[in-house]
Amino acid sequence: MSDPTPTRRNGLWLWLPLALFFGFFVLVMFGLLRPADRNVASAFVGKPLPAFDLRPAVPERPGLRAADMATGQPRLLNVFASWCIPCAAEAPQLAALAQQGVAIDGVAIRDRQEDVQRFLAQYGNPFARIGADDVSAVQLAIGSSGVPETFVIDGKGVIRHQHIGDIRAEDVPMLLEKLREAGR
Amino acid sequence: MIAELGLAMLWLASALALLQLVAGALALTKRGRELAGIVRPAAVIQGVLSAGSFLALIALFLRTDLSVKLVATNSHSLKPFIFKLAGTWGNHEGSMLLWVTVMAMAGGFIALFERRLRDDTMLATLAGQAFVSLGFYAFLLLSSNPFERLAVPPPEGNGLNPLLQDIGLAFHPPTLYLGYVGLSIAFSFAIGALVTRDVGPAFARAMRPWVLGAWIFLSLGITAGSYWAYYELGWGGWWFWDPVENASLMPWLAATALLHSSTVLAARNALRAWTVMLGVVAFSMSMIGTFLVRSGILTSVHAFAVDPERGSFILALLAIYIGGALALFATRAATITEGARFAVTSREAALVVNNVMLSAILGIVLLGTLYPLLTEAFGEKVSVGPPYFNPIGAIFFVPMLIVMAIGPMLRWRDDRAGRISGKLALPALAAALTALGLVSFAPTIKPLPFLGMALAAGLAVASVLPLVGRDLRRTPLPVYGMVVAHLGIAVALFGVGSDSAFSIEKLVASRAGESHKVGPWQVTLRSIEPVAGPNWTALEATLAATYDGGRLSLLRTQSRNFTTPPQLTNESALHTRWNGQLYVVLGEEADDGRWQLRLWWKPFVPMIWYGGLLVGLGGLLALIGRVARDMKRSRAEDKIAYRRARQGR
Amino acid sequence: MITPLTFPVAPAQAGAYPTVAPVRPRCIDKESLSRPLPAQGRRTLVWLMVAMMGLFAATPATAQDLLPPAPYAYKQLDDPAQEAKALALMETLRCLKCQSQSIADSDAPMAGDMRHQVRERIAAGEQPEAIRQWLVERYGDYVTYTPQVRALTAPLFAAPLVFLLVAALLLRRRFRKTRGGKP
Repeated sequence: MSDPTPTRRNGLWLWLPLALFFGFFVLVMFGLLRPADRNVASAFVGKPLPAFDLRPAVPERPGLRAADMATGQPRLLNVFASWCIPCAAEAPQLAALAQQGVAIDGVAIRDRQEDVQRFLAQYGNPFARIGADDVSAVQLAIGSSGVPETFVIDGKGVIRHQHIGDIRAEDVPMLLEKLREAGR
Repeated sequence: MIAELGLAMLWLASALALLQLVAGALALTKRGRELAGIVRPAAVIQGVLSAGSFLALIALFLRTDLSVKLVATNSHSLKPFIFKLAGTWGNHEGSMLLWVTVMAMAGGFIALFERRLRDDTMLATLAGQAFVSLGFYAFLLLSSNPFERLAVPPPEGNGLNPLLQDIGLAFHPPTLYLGYVGLSIAFSFAIGALVTRDVGPAFARAMRPWVLGAWIFLSLGITAGSYWAYYELGWGGWWFWDPVENASLMPWLAATALLHSSTVLAARNALRAWTVMLGVVAFSMSMIGTFLVRSGILTSVHAFAVDPERGSFILALLAIYIGGALALFATRAATITEGARFAVTSREAALVVNNVMLSAILGIVLLGTLYPLLTEAFGEKVSVGPPYFNPIGAIFFVPMLIVMAIGPMLRWRDDRAGRISGKLALPALAAALTALGLVSFAPTIKPLPFLGMALAAGLAVASVLPLVGRDLRRTPLPVYGMVVAHLGIAVALFGVGSDSAFSIEKLVASRAGESHKVGPWQVTLRSIEPVAGPNWTALEATLAATYDGGRLSLLRTQSRNFTTPPQLTNESALHTRWNGQLYVVLGEEADDGRWQLRLWWKPFVPMIWYGGLLVGLGGLLALIGRVARDMKRSRAEDKIAYRRARQGR
Repeated sequence: MITPLTFPVAPAQAGAYPTVAPVRPRCIDKESLSRPLPAQGRRTLVWLMVAMMGLFAATPATAQDLLPPAPYAYKQLDDPAQEAKALALMETLRCLKCQSQSIADSDAPMAGDMRHQVRERIAAGEQPEAIRQWLVERYGDYVTYTPQVRALTAPLFAAPLVFLLVAALLLRRRFRKTRGGKP
């Protein structure tokens, strides 16, 4: 090929595409090897509970206000729903925690009274209070993105830990430890 | 039996690809020259075999042969014929077989019809095509065998996802695949040219029609996919900047840039290394897109089977092919000079600017798509969506539109700005008038739709100007093609602007007999009744709509309940007028017996897809023109050769 | 783009339904992962659930609630100017239960609750950006499709400048300085 005005090229430029591809390769390699956690964690851990006042979800238990949570003792806040299967699956673990003296409050998401009652009758009721959150307002306010989720609240009403998904038997010691830390 | 035959053909085809690669590579050396003769036939037979294999899979799906695992998991004997057919490519394995088939057939077609390339470049190109095919044959045969049998055939198949049981979806994947995989030709051409250092106008002219063909399918495939999302998803959106959509847009952007840069290469013997680079990038984007979608590393609405093993397999293929091609580029391109310099006011300068802008948009889309992955590596989740892509893309899109309006009127080599400035007054006037109209009738319009619509009007006028003052009968078809395609961009852009600026949304809870106003429309819910289809039952709402008190039109929207597999889909109802579309979706029943209705009046929204069709039509005109001219030329050359032979006798 | 996808239907008849094509479900609802078949005709995206099985192995699933949608989930604000503000904001907020959809076009109950939250706050006179910040404080940048400018996202916004710079560097010798004179 005849070239009227040959330009001198800087050889390094030509390696740029390969370098960019290498960057891409490393990035997706990383993504493949460590599949992303698709859960969205709450950014509200470490902050005090926002004010809320939920009406009782069932007549047997009082409703829930943010102020109820700051009792000087660490508590668990369990976000659940009767229509959620993992919530039923974690019931034995909640019962075990309650038996060990852990105070647990519940927030029932988008639920009807008779459904919550049936759920509690079937799987047990470890809750001291249960607030009804019909439009997920409290759920949104504390940065929870699904059910079930369990929050560790310290004595001053500050969120100290968020557990996403159902509590498995192996998670119980971890939650107890988090509660101990929150109590210090 | 058919399944075994299909599998055998697939293995044979892959063996031929290996032969094609080895023979092609050896034929480039001094000692292997006599092997050159078998490369073209190998490519053709490989194409035929893989097509046969794909036909075998189609036959299995049409017969609903449930002893084949793929059929059992994706089909059902009660499905309508067209969806049994579409079921063939409506799954991972079948679509990968389609991918391989398109790639092999593309190679076969080059071997049969491509006569302009230098012999050694041709050999290197076919060897390159075989090299790329081999990886995908391996992927298919080793990790995604579509012909796998079941020991015990189930009594009935699982059925096809109801969202896919739609006529649009039956054709959308094959169209898109012809585009994606068709670009492999550009990739192989680029590799061939790099190997033999034969980058020049002849190379560009040879590659251009093939790229054009793939680009037409890609344009139509994206248009069809967008329209499908629009009417099937029930929220009136048509583009979401979802990773999967971006994966189809990126190869299109690269291919569009490639088409324009190869024009410069063909006409002016410049932008050599750049054009080769784009040839590599275009198909690389197809492969990267496939990887992103199938590995599941990005969060997309388009659900996918997350299979790390398949993901790593495709990633390995990416490393070999893209990494290899880019390394070849880096070592060889230093010896390919870029050719002549340009004057600032010249056709080629405009095309260079177009290329820079298209590449920058490609870069933005790629970066925005991958960025969440990058931040996740630092332990943070971010979302990159329309509020990023639209304005940042516009930084490059707006100058590109202006250059699109001016460029086609400029002459090659060197031009005077004064020569065309008179001609440009007209489009400028159109843009200004539209802007004025918008400001006076819709003072609250947002800047992006405003800019888009005004520029669209200007570009629409400017795009037909290259035909003014020409003898229309002697104007070559590719010029018409360019005019139509550019006009298509303007039309689509106008629709986009109008949709985002003037759409009216109305959410209502309605009882039969109640009437609602949506923009100029008066819509009355007549009735809600159950209806039944071949493999679904539905609730159908009948609505009567009048535009501005005019003639009554009936719309029917359904909430369909499929049984195999069980799923509900919303079938929106559309009423199209020249100036827009009425869009109606039936929602759920509320407690008080009212029904949720979602109503939209979307002025000029169909222009988005008319524009897309025009872009495809423009490509088709250009392709016909180029192929016809090549055929004429080769016939003339044959004649000369024949005469010479006779005279010599 | 063509996408394979696996979606079991219900635990009892779980099977693989790989498919291809832009499958854009209304929403992938992680609460509904392995819910039983819909008893009544409530909107469900059964196949999706299964699509997500792999992703949400840790949070398996459940049925959908039976409460009616929140008041403002499917109801517009009376004031068109406020509704326009709310819609513009909702289009840029990401549905937390869906994989990649804004809350403005999702049928997930939680997206409905978020729409309710947004419309109520707009009606109360709150500024859209304040509502976005309120959500970002709770869910991080994930919840907004508008990336917030900070150190981690700076490259996103620097990219256009970098591209222009690279183009200028690559092209600096490609153009003749003076007009005229055929090479």
